[in-house]
Amino acid sequence: MRTRRDPKPPVNPARRKAIAQGMQYACAAGLTTLFLGLQSQKGKASGGVWLRPPGALEEPDFLAACVRCGRCVEDCPWDTLGLAEFLSPLATGTPVFNARKVPCEMCEDIPCVKACPTGALDPELTDINEARMGVAVLTDRENCLNLLGLRCDVCYRVCPLIDEAITLELHRNVRTGKHAIFEPTVHSDVCTGCGKCEHACVLEEAAIKVLPRKSAQGELGAHYRISWEQEDAS
Amino acid sequence: MNPGVSQKAIQAKGFWRAQRWLLLRRLSQVLVLAMFASGPWLGVWILKGNLSASLLLDTVPLSDPLTLLQSMVAGHWPATMALVGGAIVLAIYLLLGGRLFCSWVCPVNLVTDAASWTRHRLNLPTRPGNPKGRYAVLAGVLLGAAATGSLVWEWVNPITLSIRVITLGSLTGLWMLLAIFLFDLVIRRDGWCGTLCPVGSFYALVNRFGWLKIRLPAREKCDDCMACYKACPEPQVIKIPLKDIGAEPVIRDPACTLCGRCVDVCPENVFEIGSRRKASEPLQTVEIKP
Ligand code: SF4
Ligand code: SF4
Ligand code: SF4
Ligand code: SF4
Ligand code: SF4
Repeated sequence: MRTRRDPKPPVNPARRKAIAQGMQYACAAGLTTLFLGLQSQKGKASGGVWLRPPGALEEPDFLAACVRCGRCVEDCPWDTLGLAEFLSPLATGTPVFNARKVPCEMCEDIPCVKACPTGALDPELTDINEARMGVAVLTDRENCLNLLGLRCDVCYRVCPLIDEAITLELHRNVRTGKHAIFEPTVHSDVCTGCGKCEHACVLEEAAIKVLPRKSAQGELGAHYRISWEQEDAS
Repeated sequence: MNPGVSQKAIQAKGFWRAQRWLLLRRLSQVLVLAMFASGPWLGVWILKGNLSASLLLDTVPLSDPLTLLQSMVAGHWPATMALVGGAIVLAIYLLLGGRLFCSWVCPVNLVTDAASWTRHRLNLPTRPGNPKGRYAVLAGVLLGAAATGSLVWEWVNPITLSIRVITLGSLTGLWMLLAIFLFDLVIRRDGWCGTLCPVGSFYALVNRFGWLKIRLPAREKCDDCMACYKACPEPQVIKIPLKDIGAEPVIRDPACTLCGRCVDVCPENVFEIGSRRKASEPLQTVEIKP
């Protein structure tokens, strides 16, 4: 009679093989479901525009330089930065921030850049106002309260470079014919892309958004000459 | 990992001597995780970053040499702090033995050991993988970085993903760990670390020069109980030094992770952790019959 203490219970090799094979199929099916499920999450997760920290090299170079160590993230005192997740639109593990959630607070000592061991965040950046994380764009001219004729001005007031990066340009309100419209106007040569304006916009969905400079800005063909700028130069 | 495999050793040498390297190893692995986690969770910064690059006690930079290598082939020359960190880490593993990383530091080992343990519990059949195929994966990771100009391995690297789970609470890394667990459980015993992981392969290359080796000073006492083969995550490394009387009784195969489990589970004390020095010529034993 067999007791519990028997060192080797007899196993039917064919049965064992069948069980093992069944488990392998189950696992293959499970892993497939897992990846498809993650893929579907990707669509949900990508809301908002993701920006790179101050001093980040241009995108192709950044992907080669950043070792995804997260030291910039851990040294950011405002918890602005996070690391991109598995299957997110930007490479897994690279540092990003979503200005609508938490903008960059423009630390004067730029701890994120100081923390970066690889140079993916360029140590040449010593003045945070020189950072170019993106550029703010008034993306929704239909719902911006200022363009509707109110005096919201919030994006303008929160800008760390008020009156330089963003100004209020005066136009006539053609609807009423007798009031003024104060249009928030961003100046790309000064705007750092910190996102404080986007963060502060009082609408449900911000009317002003920071976009990566590549997405936001056009580029003139080299054969265009802007006559008045050439006159200025001469 | 094999439940029950240490029973005989525990009877022969007592609990501590039959489990000590395993327990010390677990302690070391948990300490590594704790040193990364204490910063973000308790504000006590010991290691900042993760296992691709970190800063120890706000002074000593550490970085993973393979990660830097990928960065270089992708077209970026890392800044000095990263290079110094890489040199420190490489020097440590070159001196001691590369795959110490796998058994004493890497958090994924906790997952693969758990899979291996479960596998033995369920008594699943074992099909050996190809232990050399791993170098193709390593080459693929470097070629991938060169071709795309990006550290593509970091997309799935379970080592940094698992550190991120504990430092930044990023849960998506858990999927990769689950996938590895299932792979090791059902498809191949110790398959991830033994045949796929490029980091393990890199450290196996470094392992060749390491000073620590498993020695078999008492191999003639082996009574073929097979405990070491069952416990070892890379069992192919044991056979020649143990059974080939002409071979040197030192495990020099770079796949050995220096986990010390063979030392633990052998009831006859065949193995020990020692230095790489050459073993003196195997003694010719002459049986003298009265
Ligand atoms: S400048 Fe300051 S707030 Fe902005 S990302 Fe760097 S550390 Fe964070
Ligand atoms: S500190 Fe530098 S290398 Fe590390 S994640 Fe941030 S940008 Fe990348
Ligand atoms: S992103 Fe907005 S708040 Fe920041 S500098 Fe530009 S305009 Fe100002
Ligand atoms: S082989 Fe890879 S995953 Fe396994 S322990 Fe070594 S480094 Fe970690
Ligand atoms: S030979 Fe021993 S030390 Fe090396 S991997 Fe196997 S059990 Fe671990």
